[in-house]
Amino acid sequence: MTLFSTDHKVIGKQYIGLALFSVFLGMLLSLVMRFHLVHPDTKVRLFQMLWPEGAPGGQMTPELYLSLMTMHGTIMVFFVLTTAPQSGFGNYFLPLQIGAHDMAFPVLNMLSFWTTALSLGTLLLAFVVEGGAPLSGWTAYPPLSGLGKITGPGQGLGQDLWILSIALFCVASLMGAINIIVTVIELRAPGMGYFDMPLTCWGWFVTALISLFAFAVLLPGGVLLLLDRVAGTSFFIPGGLIVNDQVQGRSGGSPLLFQHLFWFFGHPEVYIAILPGMGVISTVLSVFSGKKVFGYKAMTVAMLAIGGLGFVVWGHHMFISGMSPYSSIAFSVLTMAVGVPSAVKTFNWLATLWGGRLRFTAAMHYALGFVSLFITGGITGLVLGQPGLDIYFHDTYFVVAHFHLIMGVAAVFAIWAALHYWFPKMYGRFLNERLGKIHFFLTFVGVYAVFVPLHFAGFVGNPRRYPDFKEYEFLKSVTGLHMGVTHAAYFLAAVQLIFLFNYFWSKRRGAVAPGNPWGATTREWTDD
Amino acid sequence: MTGHKRLGMWLFVMSDVLTFATLLIVYMALRLGNPDWPRPFTLSPAILFATGMTIVLLASSLTMVWAVAAMEAGDRRGAVRWLVATMAGGLGFIGLHLTEWRHLLETVSPGTIFGSVFFGITGLHMAHVAAGVIYLGVLAVGVGRGKFAAEDVETGGLYWHFVDVVWMFVFPLIYLMAVKP
Repeated sequence: MTLFSTDHKVIGKQYIGLALFSVFLGMLLSLVMRFHLVHPDTKVRLFQMLWPEGAPGGQMTPELYLSLMTMHGTIMVFFVLTTAPQSGFGNYFLPLQIGAHDMAFPVLNMLSFWTTALSLGTLLLAFVVEGGAPLSGWTAYPPLSGLGKITGPGQGLGQDLWILSIALFCVASLMGAINIIVTVIELRAPGMGYFDMPLTCWGWFVTALISLFAFAVLLPGGVLLLLDRVAGTSFFIPGGLIVNDQVQGRSGGSPLLFQHLFWFFGHPEVYIAILPGMGVISTVLSVFSGKKVFGYKAMTVAMLAIGGLGFVVWGHHMFISGMSPYSSIAFSVLTMAVGVPSAVKTFNWLATLWGGRLRFTAAMHYALGFVSLFITGGITGLVLGQPGLDIYFHDTYFVVAHFHLIMGVAAVFAIWAALHYWFPKMYGRFLNERLGKIHFFLTFVGVYAVFVPLHFAGFVGNPRRYPDFKEYEFLKSVTGLHMGVTHAAYFLAAVQLIFLFNYFWSKRRGAVAPGNPWGATTREWTDD
Repeated sequence: MTGHKRLGMWLFVMSDVLTFATLLIVYMALRLGNPDWPRPFTLSPAILFATGMTIVLLASSLTMVWAVAAMEAGDRRGAVRWLVATMAGGLGFIGLHLTEWRHLLETVSPGTIFGSVFFGITGLHMAHVAAGVIYLGVLAVGVGRGKFAAEDVETGGLYWHFVDVVWMFVFPLIYLMAVKP
């Protein structure tokens, strides 16, 4: 296994390794944040050692909290949820499942992995440069992100590196998307039509199509933001802006314009994270029910519909931006429409189980967990898709709970399902089934214990991205709730050690697996 | 293996169309938001000069067509000749463009909103032309040494024509719509 291999299997494993590193780093950041939320005045020696400027005397500053939040979101969204399901498993299994020897452009494939790695390195560099990591969240709204150091310590070099990292990630994702699309169109085995492909391949295919168009818009958005910062242009900075008592001397730009560009990418990005998982779940449910997927064609059409609708709903992230109520209604109706293909998929999953001979393997557990999380997180999506409700819930913990369940945890459950299902193919050994099931149950309880209460914090109007609630009288009622959530988060994080142990132990010592251990019918098990 | 590169290039072009569309939409949104949008260009010399640039770039698309045709007819020497001619067109365009930039920079600051849009969009386009010249250079050297198939030259042609087509949007939107009233 060489570092710059052009073999799709090696590259797939490299992507999964990068995501594994990123997910634990992102999780550690979230633990520090959860700790600070409930102990805002506690001085911690470790914080001072890690961030001498951000935590003088061990007392975390609000700026440090915001920079941790920014890095947590960016690492998780880009380097875990976009990387593992699509580039990791897609690279490894797409060619195998359609009977191709490799991806269409192996060298491009290698380049796109290393560009992703460079992008991650650039992002992490922001931690150690002067001023530290940026504060403006994974959405990087200007003017906060567009003016440089005057808006905060991390808004200097840290924010520049963040934008550079995202631009590199866009380029890497575009290369990856082109590769996957060409592979699907040109390299299917003779006689294999589009509608003969497993649903996993449809997931990767539709996701690649979304990536091709979504990242093509984020890239210029990021470049223009960078120009505003380093070349003194004024794309996103309005005239007459005063920050910290200083007139900024720009004119004519529009911060809202950036929001439009960002969410034109940002909403499809949500589907980039979840669609490959939907493909995996369809396969796992079908194999362990001993039945074909119910409504195969409806599943493919639903994926295409979700992908297509994803490009016309970005306005629902901007209901409070002052947009016309008529636009809000249009975006709202289109957003509700996403519920239709999503429900088609959910009911088809349930119908796949119906009357099957169910085998409750670890992978099956995670797949069922995915369906549960997808429903829980999806229902609140319908709540947030309505302007009347969203105006109240916007930027509260209700939103945090919603997107963590559906985009974060559900997608990660799909990754676990995929790992347990495909581990025998990847390493010739099983992941330990019993440890997998224990990990599943503890994690399943843990995620609901963390995220269900946060919906209630949202009901109270608890704003997100606040480092400290103790100054606000109306938030006294959620102090206990946050204490509970923080402890649930500690529990959830501790439980992940089981997975980590299982992963590395089973790689070397796991039970040796036969060629087709699950009795599956797709090509990756039957060819060789 | 035939067809992969061509399809890959088509996909790249589709995605790059969105990148340029984003920039042109940014331009239109900002222009609508600023009623006092400046219109600095006079018919002569500014527009005449830009028309000259346009003709040079379009001519290079024609020579590119001939390069592809020569390659398909198996005439490698002809293909190299036309590729070099295309590169000359691209370099000519860049040279004229930079001359124009130098004159414009005396009166239009890139810090103004008009300057941001003008230099941002034409700069990105110029970067595409420059990348294209290098790409065609690699093709020309390879074709001369007997490497590359007709499909590779055709793929390069796809990119080159795309860059020209983008200019056909930039020219009316950025130049002609900013003529002094």
